[in-house]
Amino acid sequence: MAVLVLADHDLGTLSPATARVVHAVAELGPIDVLVLGEGIDQVATDAAGIAGVARVLVGQGADFTGDFADAIVPLLQTLSANYQHIVSAAGSVGRDVMPRLAARLDLMPVTDVVAVLGPNRFERPIYAGNAVQTVTANQPKQVLTIRASAFRAAASGNAAPIEPVPHQPVASAARVIAAHRTESDSPDLATAQIVVGGGVSVGSAEGFQLIEQLAKKLGAAIGATRAAVDAGYAPNDWQVGQTGKIIAPDLYIAIGISGALQHLAGIQGAKKIVAINSDAEAPLVKLADVALIGDLFTIIPELIAELDKLGFKRP
Amino acid sequence: MKILVAIKRVVDHNVRIRVRPDGTGVETQGVRMSMNPFCKHAVEAAVQLAEAGHADEVVVVSIGPKTANDVILTALAMGAHRGILIETDAELETLAIAKLLAKLVAEENPDLVLLGKQAVDDDSNHVGQMLAALTDRPQATFASAIKVEVQSLEVTREVDFGRITVALPLPAIVTADLRLNTPRNAALPMVMKARSKPLAVRPVAEFGVDIAPRLTVEKVSPPAERAAGRTLGSVSELAGFIAGDIAEMEAL
Ligand SMILES: Cc1cc2nc3c(=O)[nH]c(=O)nc-3n(C[C@H](O)[C@H](O)[C@H](O)COP(=O)(O)OP(=O)(O)OC[C@H]3O[C@@H](n4cnc5c(N)ncnc54)[C@H](O)[C@@H]3O)c2cc1C
Ligand SMILES: Nc1ncnc2c1ncn2[C@@H]1O[C@H](COP(=O)(O)O)[C@@H](O)[C@H]1O
Repeated sequence: MAVLVLADHDLGTLSPATARVVHAVAELGPIDVLVLGEGIDQVATDAAGIAGVARVLVGQGADFTGDFADAIVPLLQTLSANYQHIVSAAGSVGRDVMPRLAARLDLMPVTDVVAVLGPNRFERPIYAGNAVQTVTANQPKQVLTIRASAFRAAASGNAAPIEPVPHQPVASAARVIAAHRTESDSPDLATAQIVVGGGVSVGSAEGFQLIEQLAKKLGAAIGATRAAVDAGYAPNDWQVGQTGKIIAPDLYIAIGISGALQHLAGIQGAKKIVAINSDAEAPLVKLADVALIGDLFTIIPELIAELDKLGFKRP
Repeated sequence: MKILVAIKRVVDHNVRIRVRPDGTGVETQGVRMSMNPFCKHAVEAAVQLAEAGHADEVVVVSIGPKTANDVILTALAMGAHRGILIETDAELETLAIAKLLAKLVAEENPDLVLLGKQAVDDDSNHVGQMLAALTDRPQATFASAIKVEVQSLEVTREVDFGRITVALPLPAIVTADLRLNTPRNAALPMVMKARSKPLAVRPVAEFGVDIAPRLTVEKVSPPAERAAGRTLGSVSELAGFIAGDIAEMEAL
């Protein structure tokens, strides 16, 4: 039976998570990708380009503005009759929508999946990633969210057919009053290859620009601890950890970050970890592949200068 | 308005948990337990709404064993008015929890149900959304601010792109994120007073909900160990390491 993947997109751009979700569920059956919203032609075209996608279904409508679960779930519920797996990325939309859908279908959702072992066998982390559960779901259908950082992206180059889905618009009971987007030209945090993260010890929003400078130099996404976000030094969507984004970059550079359990929950998938910290006993220093002990305010400018000296450049 | 807050008793978030060597689960015997942090923010939000005159009753409910009484007492000490323990020794899945809460919502008919956004033991992040589905109410998950308007709420949600503020008609379901507020520590007189507040204990069977699990947990394993690292002596060594690592990465 077929798989329905709800595409993740914002401001007319398909999120890099979707190709990873498609790759994660590639073995489960032919994959249809559902794109909902307005001004989504480019999103649909990009989704159709993902290898392994059989069809892209497009639901145009103002009723999907704001990604409200009570507007999206009725259509997903109708479509679910044709699918055995209904899947999305474990981002803020998928987390909001999928459990609501599952309850409507009287199903137990399996969320934050990090390994697909079979049509109804999955691995998912619990306790902030300090344990991993292997579960078998004894139910006729599965509603899943996938931790995108745990999977590689499916290739591109496909040109799957794009078809409209007829639907009865269901207006959400809620309405958007304001949206606040973090302006940044850095790569998508959840799927970035390199991430530079800063902690509360950076001391101010201006101080955080040091982190941003290094990130820019390395072509890296920017992460932050909860303490740094709470202090107002970094926007909330930069938070990495149990309550923030889960990252699995090839390289994570943690600057002035102690390494609380809840922060570590977000970086376990990182291939290499570099720690810069004044405290040699900090848990993150113990965990890191490579650590440098010292004051971040001297180290970062020197590091940028040293990288310049090496002629280091990234597009 | 009337507010219902759902709270869960979990292994304290500061405890470094241990996976049982036989893979049957996480060791919870003799481990410090406390109220799920997100639920604390939900209770605090409800109590603040009551203090501001927006709510006249705050009812807290926990589903779990008799010992879950202690988190209900904590919530009552924070300022909730009445507690309900739905008692069961079984480990319930989120679908069953949501079904039980839906029954309670039908009985109590609260204008607002507040929950934590996720429980830090199973890290599910399900119950609020599932309860909203089962009670056919609108939902605002991951709330970092709540403002009361006429028969509606203005809720700011933390989402992948930043923040979104939405207007939500009541009755509604809201799940709390950590930046919603700073939960209070109840002063001793409040802790004493909590003991005299009403606390109903009701067996799970009373609700007539099918609580049979849908998932079989085959095993629970610890995460993969990381290889031991090393400390570098200078910034230039660090620059060399970073440049080398990125060059290797790009060669792939
Ligand atoms: C339920 C719950 C969920 C949470 N979720 C998250 C989450 O998702 N993400 C998250 O990050 N946290 C989360 N937290 C918070 C977490 O427990 C920690 O409080 C937080 O991660 C600490 O952030 P920090 O490392 O910036 O600050 P601190 O722990 O204060 O560490 C600061 C570090 O900076 C170092 N330092 C100080 N000065 C300098 C200097 N000049 N140069 C170099 N190093 C210096 C210190 O040695 C120290 O190691 C959560 C907490 C709870 C209870
Ligand atoms: N056993 C329980 N009793 C009461 N509330 C619960 C219980 N389990 C979950 N909840 C509520 O649902 C929220 C989300 O939990 P979860 O979906 O399990 O991550 C928690 O923060 C609680 O508010």
